[in-house]
Amino acid sequence: MRAVVGEVVESLSASLERVGALARFLGRLLWLSPGGFLRVRLLVEQVYNAGARSLVIIMTCGLFVGMVMGLQGYDLLQRIGSEDSLGVGAALALLRELGPVVTALLFAGRAGTALASEIGLMRATDQLAAMDIMAVDPMKRIVLPRFLGGVLAMPLLTAVFITISIFGVQLIGVQFFGVDQGQFWSQMRGAVELSDIREGLVKGLVFGIACSLIAVFEGYNSLPTAEGVGQATTRTVVISAVTTLILDYILTALMI
Amino acid sequence: MRPSRAIDISTGLFVLLGLVSIAFLVTQITSKEVGFHSDAYRLKAQFENVGGLKPGAPVTMSGVTIGRVERIRYDMSLYKAIVTLRIDEEYNQIPNDSDASILTSGLLGGQYVGISPGGSEQVFKNGDRIEFVQDAIVLESLISKFLFSQAEKTPASQAPAAAPAPAPATQE
Repeated sequence: MRAVVGEVVESLSASLERVGALARFLGRLLWLSPGGFLRVRLLVEQVYNAGARSLVIIMTCGLFVGMVMGLQGYDLLQRIGSEDSLGVGAALALLRELGPVVTALLFAGRAGTALASEIGLMRATDQLAAMDIMAVDPMKRIVLPRFLGGVLAMPLLTAVFITISIFGVQLIGVQFFGVDQGQFWSQMRGAVELSDIREGLVKGLVFGIACSLIAVFEGYNSLPTAEGVGQATTRTVVISAVTTLILDYILTALMI
Repeated sequence: MRPSRAIDISTGLFVLLGLVSIAFLVTQITSKEVGFHSDAYRLKAQFENVGGLKPGAPVTMSGVTIGRVERIRYDMSLYKAIVTLRIDEEYNQIPNDSDASILTSGLLGGQYVGISPGGSEQVFKNGDRIEFVQDAIVLESLISKFLFSQAEKTPASQAPAAAPAPAPATQE
């Protein structure tokens, strides 16, 4: 019994320690970040890695999420004879929830894992230690640009995802099922407010900060072995997904 | 130097695409002029209340879409809403004593303008005004009318409530 309690206490304090280390890591990154924006060359490269290279998967998934919403939304709404509201329903759901959350999950899977394994491998092959010896701060040279690149890319990816999804809904609802095009767009324009769009983009930004932070943190603190890199990658995806969904609840409660 | 030109260009494209998407979302660009190939003419109608009618809503005759609501504005001298309808040129034989009413499709659906033909020999021309109109029905006023009419006959309505209860007992 005592052994079990001891183990629980041990694992709890280990998780607390990790949370504390994460917070300190974030503080350090935020403290350094004004300087990070000055190193444009590095930043552009990382926006390319996190953003431009995620574009294809984001656009493909966005289109299909939108098309599924078109199918499901039409099927649901035509039962109560209000299929004209398809545009409003889909646009609000995408802007406020689905867009940022699905983008963040895809981002964690596509860009987050790449960041974690890249930095983890640098750790495992002593590249980070070598930089330290050369008096190059790996936080500034390696971690910070990757973090900022992810943070900048996420809101843009979210916007692209939502836009493509709305076209997907339109494709199925209007072109396939014959929902009235004027009603589809005019009701959407009547009901969607600027605050809905802001909610989507703010969520995208916050998820971007969370997912990028977790990815670089896990990579930077991975065990310097092949197994450690693998673990860091897995943890990145799992923790990012859980964090995204928890943060989503908190942000929704704050902004609704 | 690394061959970073391609990276710059695709990053630029990505950022541009993101900003264009944001611009699209913010302005909610509507579809280009909805599906009209031929010319159109415009009619005007004055309503006391347009309810939830929006520009872009369909104008129908017998349920067939013949045009769109182009513009809705409020006239301060008439104290009425002026609705401009854009009717497809194909439907240019509408009698000029036809009436326009604002209707709702489905229980929660959007509102549209329904035109039912009159019997006149003359037809509407570009810029004409539709004389006979019926306003949008406001649900609240309809409900309050109904409730007030019910309230007047409350004593009678209490009696039937007790009546149906004994019926199932006869089956045993």
